[in-house]
Amino acid sequence: MRHIIDQIRTAAEARRPLDIRGGGSKAGILGRAATGEALDITGHRGIVTYRPSELVLTARAGTPLTEIEAALAENDQALSFEPPHFGTGATLGGTLACNLSGPARPWGGSFRDMVLGVRLINGKGEYLRFGGQVMKNVAGYDLSRLQAGALGTLGVVGEISLKVLPAPRSTLTLTEAVDQAGAIRRMNELAGRPVPLSAAAWVDGRLYLRFSGPVPAELAGGKVLDGSDAFWADLREQRLAFFAGDEPLWRLSVASTAPPLLNGAATLIDWGGSQRWIRGGDLATMAAAASAAGGHATLFKGGDRTAEVRQSPPPALAALHQRLKASFDPAGIFNPGRLYGWM
Amino acid sequence: MAPASAIDRGRLAEELRRIVDPRFVIADAETAKPYECDGLAIISQQPMMVVLPGTVDEVRAVVRLCHRHGVKLVARGAGTGLSAGATPHPEGVLLSLARLDRVLELDKAARTARVQPGVTNLAISQAAKPLGLYYGPDPSSQIACTIGGNVAENSGGVHCLKYGLTVHNVMAVELVTVDGELVSLGGLGLDSAGYDMMALITGSEGLLGIVVEATVKLLPLPEVAQVVVAGYATLRQAGDAVQQIIAEGIIPAGLEMMDGPAIRAAEAFAQAGYPTEAAALLLCEVDGSREEVADQLARVEAVMGRTAPISLRVSRNEAERQLLWKGRKSAFPAVGRISPDYYCMDGTIPRAELSNVLEHIAALSEEYGLAVANVFHAGDGNLHPLILFDAGVPGQIEKTEEFGGRILELCVEAGGCITGEHGVGLEKIRQMAAQFGDDEITQFHAVKAAFDPAGTLNPGKGVPLLRQCQEYRALRGGGF
Repeated sequence: MRHIIDQIRTAAEARRPLDIRGGGSKAGILGRAATGEALDITGHRGIVTYRPSELVLTARAGTPLTEIEAALAENDQALSFEPPHFGTGATLGGTLACNLSGPARPWGGSFRDMVLGVRLINGKGEYLRFGGQVMKNVAGYDLSRLQAGALGTLGVVGEISLKVLPAPRSTLTLTEAVDQAGAIRRMNELAGRPVPLSAAAWVDGRLYLRFSGPVPAELAGGKVLDGSDAFWADLREQRLAFFAGDEPLWRLSVASTAPPLLNGAATLIDWGGSQRWIRGGDLATMAAAASAAGGHATLFKGGDRTAEVRQSPPPALAALHQRLKASFDPAGIFNPGRLYGWM
Repeated sequence: MAPASAIDRGRLAEELRRIVDPRFVIADAETAKPYECDGLAIISQQPMMVVLPGTVDEVRAVVRLCHRHGVKLVARGAGTGLSAGATPHPEGVLLSLARLDRVLELDKAARTARVQPGVTNLAISQAAKPLGLYYGPDPSSQIACTIGGNVAENSGGVHCLKYGLTVHNVMAVELVTVDGELVSLGGLGLDSAGYDMMALITGSEGLLGIVVEATVKLLPLPEVAQVVVAGYATLRQAGDAVQQIIAEGIIPAGLEMMDGPAIRAAEAFAQAGYPTEAAALLLCEVDGSREEVADQLARVEAVMGRTAPISLRVSRNEAERQLLWKGRKSAFPAVGRISPDYYCMDGTIPRAELSNVLEHIAALSEEYGLAVANVFHAGDGNLHPLILFDAGVPGQIEKTEEFGGRILELCVEAGGCITGEHGVGLEKIRQMAAQFGDDEITQFHAVKAAFDPAGTLNPGKGVPLLRQCQEYRALRGGGF
């Protein structure tokens, strides 16, 4: 940790940008292209404490996600947000910076939801501790959850404490052929009832419903999907045919009930309707569609990554973003331009 | 630091009456009296003035006026908070959001409710009930507390372990910034564009902005819920039972513990049928579909059966379930009946430390000569020791506060924190120095300055000055 802090202090004095790197599994996706001196966190790794009966795990940011998941599995526990890895190098810190969650997200929460505390180096090279290792903590502002999805632009996370949960004992996936509008209706209708739904997706004209508990009686006769774990893993890791190829991949995070967006566009729906994957198109079109549906759009993969890859907030909120960024990173050294070109 | 107010009191009242219906601008001490404290009545202060705007535009105009003249501003919901977070400032305007109390929209399909900040927590669930939905977080004050205050404090309740805190259940807010701008944070999707401002605003105690609208997530009402109540001869046994339930892979909808004094006070008040000879009582609730509940209940009963309880009871119907919860939910007023006053603490600890911390609190209780009853959100490690005292006895308030401070420090030493759900406010501002170092406090001030450079929003709350931290540590013999 000492040498990371030294590198940050030197960079801050020289006002020289740093490019924070974990395992490189998300390099070139999610954020904008940005350049800077490499700051490697993969050496700062390992689980610090894990007490299964407390449902809390603390690990260094460079710890491989696979190592954490293996330790949890030994105790029949899991990361409830089913994070995608996108390759073998995925680290806990990188996953937090991207706030990535898998199909269980609407029911199992996001990484952001499970964060309990972080240790963070700010732009002055101070190693700070926010939150803690307990489920509830409202002392001071919640600067831990704020790191989720910030793409490393507020500081270098050194250590993360998060809530972990029992792994589902068994799951069953049902599938049926249905059109997009019908699938959206069905997902929302089921999510409004007290049933143990734990994933709902629409892929290539079929609806997929995963239950982590007893299936409601009227669905009991439905078609059961064999090899469902592989299906959900392929969806999570973007290995399904829909995700292949170089065409820009857009992620629209919207109201679960939003009708089919951009009539005729190639679409895959996850998160019970809240996450829409769309191929092709430009930022203006996607942003307009996402805003109308109560959400926002990101160019997740491909396309021109030197231009803006996500829609900017209105001026008053953009100004708050800039001032917040400066409060952590006054010299502007952490991943400048990664989230937005103007920050 | 904020500049001294450049406008005199009479002039300010006059300008406020141009913005808001004059009946809702309160400038005389007598009418302003009910606003002098929140739920923590031992800390009170007369406000310079109280204003109750009736629309978002009026809120913005009041905020702009105060901003222009450097007048301090304290926002207030129902005033049920327990950390003196809504205590007025003597030279400031107290801005009550009580009149913004409408449920604006319920969306059954999307399972959301859009509400004004003055809507009570319970009113949301009541409005959603015909749709088969409810709002998850349920603080004890849910009859009276408002969603705006819940967002400010990141309120919890007895069902947080499974259903989360306010921060997990609010999707979007409209926020008035210190200069009167209106910004939309969050959205109808499951994450935000850019920084997660919702995480930052939730629990920020009115220091960063004023929430004038919230969109909350609604959950399907469970088909059935049942509660298991077990009495134990020792607190340690009850603590072990909690660990074993979690180890079994069960996440109960609620998992609550009470100690002997709390059990007896609650039983006298609610006649719930609690075993009054027990040293500890555990309430474990499971909910969901009938099949899920049957399955989980069998497992909970099996686990609890192995932990040698002196009594074990399972609710057989909804009326019995409500009765068994009534004792727990009325624990605070019940303790209020057996003591002239009580002071509710709010530390959080790792569950494994429970027995040690309770033994230590018992020792402190002896030392200070003040009785304590303990109520514990066992599922998420949130401890509510209630210190019994008599404000009429000279010196007891001071002694009680000192005792309370020691309990919070004890929680920090055990690896926990000074507040799980009540907030820092004025009450725990000194103990912030036990939880954080100067660098963290400095970062908090920098974040505050990003939103409120002149520091006029809820001044003096939440985050101490560095000078206060140094004084605190010097007083504690440099122990932190």
